[in-house]
Amino acid sequence: MKKVTEGLKAIAETVALCRPEVVSAYPITPQTHIVEELSVIVANGRLKCEFINVESEFAAASVVLGASVAGVRAYSTTSSQGLLLMAEVLFNMAGMRLPVVITDANRAVSAPINIWNDWQDTLTIRDAGMIHLFAEDNQEACDMHLQAFKIAEDHEVMLPVMVNLDGFILTHAFDPIEFPSQEEVDKYLPKYVPLEKLDVKNPLSFGLMGGPDRYLETRYAMAETMKTCPAVIRKAARDFNQMFGRNYGELIEEYKMNDAEIVLVSMGSIISSMKDVADELRAAGKKVGVLKIRCYRPFPVEDIIKALCGKKKAIILEKALSIGGVGILTADIKASLYGQKNVPEISDFILGLGGRDIRISDIKAIVARAEKENVKGEFYGLDPKLVEEMDK
Amino acid sequence: MIEIRLHGRGGQGVVTAAELLATAAFLDGKHTQAFPTFGSERMGAPVASFVRISDNPIRVRSQIYEPQHVIVQDPTLIGTVDVFAGLKAGGLVLINTEKPVSELKIKGSGNVVTIPATQIAMEIIGRPIPNTVMVGAFAALTGIVTMDGIRKAMAHKFKGDVAAKNVVAAEKAYNMLKK
Repeated sequence: MKKVTEGLKAIAETVALCRPEVVSAYPITPQTHIVEELSVIVANGRLKCEFINVESEFAAASVVLGASVAGVRAYSTTSSQGLLLMAEVLFNMAGMRLPVVITDANRAVSAPINIWNDWQDTLTIRDAGMIHLFAEDNQEACDMHLQAFKIAEDHEVMLPVMVNLDGFILTHAFDPIEFPSQEEVDKYLPKYVPLEKLDVKNPLSFGLMGGPDRYLETRYAMAETMKTCPAVIRKAARDFNQMFGRNYGELIEEYKMNDAEIVLVSMGSIISSMKDVADELRAAGKKVGVLKIRCYRPFPVEDIIKALCGKKKAIILEKALSIGGVGILTADIKASLYGQKNVPEISDFILGLGGRDIRISDIKAIVARAEKENVKGEFYGLDPKLVEEMDK
Repeated sequence: MIEIRLHGRGGQGVVTAAELLATAAFLDGKHTQAFPTFGSERMGAPVASFVRISDNPIRVRSQIYEPQHVIVQDPTLIGTVDVFAGLKAGGLVLINTEKPVSELKIKGSGNVVTIPATQIAMEIIGRPIPNTVMVGAFAALTGIVTMDGIRKAMAHKFKGDVAAKNVVAAEKAYNMLKK
């Protein structure tokens, strides 16, 4: 039965159903309620789990890394500056092939201090070697956690997974959420079986030196896993759909794409508003579709080629950028399409940074702008007065 | 789709009021979405929250700029915050105040209704938190959510004596304003 639940609380409840044996996290807006709820669930004895209080995100990540090396299912969650403070450990987690799941409540990065939503935190960490999944709504965010553990712990994968959901927009929204039963979760997500673990009876070392003679090969192995793991990610989505009857696509989701001429491309919660725009513009005779990127790392190159080639126009909406470079998602998409036939014209917009609200009218204005000419990395919604002020 | 905006100050339960309306509507069989204005909330600062209620699934994730109805939990906000911004024609503006409408310095237009919600909350709950009274009044005036839905929503949200007193407070407002 569905229950109207705050996004963060719904995620805490879902994570508890996944039976992590160690949770360690440091509270940071807008992720705090996950940590609070999980600590309550553990304290009340509902979840047999070590909840380890720490002094920072660096420590939180280190604790779950250690727990995972010891062979248990481990979970953490953070946001923004907290994720950046974890950065060093995240690279280690991935390099040590530890299937930790981390929830990131996507938030802007300082300075200026900003607690609101964009994707700069997670996309800055994209090269750590983690799998990055993006949820469109809170039901998908919850369901994605079951899939995340399943993908991470698959012996063909053994990489940490980051589940991303837009800070505040989703984390603090109350939506009707369907919670699976413990029996269902146990069936979909059986107990974690480590490939290797720290064990006094069978001593091993983890995270050792890999010199010039073997570092290249360890990184190659990770890159190869990123190439093969889409099969596991697809299967996790299909199995979930079969068992729970909820389908969000696999690596991507295509909305009204069959006859689409103009395709709106993005990730996360903005996709929902984009679907409304597609419906509205279709009613006015424009063939608009939406391409949702659900799995950002590994980047779904083949799916992107299949979805976009042959279309007239792709409009990419970005909530992050590589300052001095181009939109991060745009760079990935353009690289995917290079050398392909029937590549669409591409316009890309930077918008919504630091929590600037994105209205239906904004997305419609962006489509109208891109119909007139192709634009590259245009900041949408700038206040000219503030731009002038900052120019001084 | 019906869009509602709630205004108040931090500590007055503006987010909880939105949650209760969404839960009540959901229990009435509707699709719902509720969320706060996003900020570093603190006691006394102006805050707002939003509710969407629809017969169809709700997707849009922007804030609400053209509400059908507005709930104002603190009359001292009038003049500071434009509580009438974007209000659709004929929309209800439900204001918590002991003063008559004529004494409020209202510039906008709308169907303004007042209720002494803080007074009722003090009498029944013993705390100056007007949100559940406002929710009961809103149900009576609009019929968008049912009183039965609100009762059930409160049973989900609160426990024991707190739940019981809040239901009584909401019912009092509901009965005062129900035509």
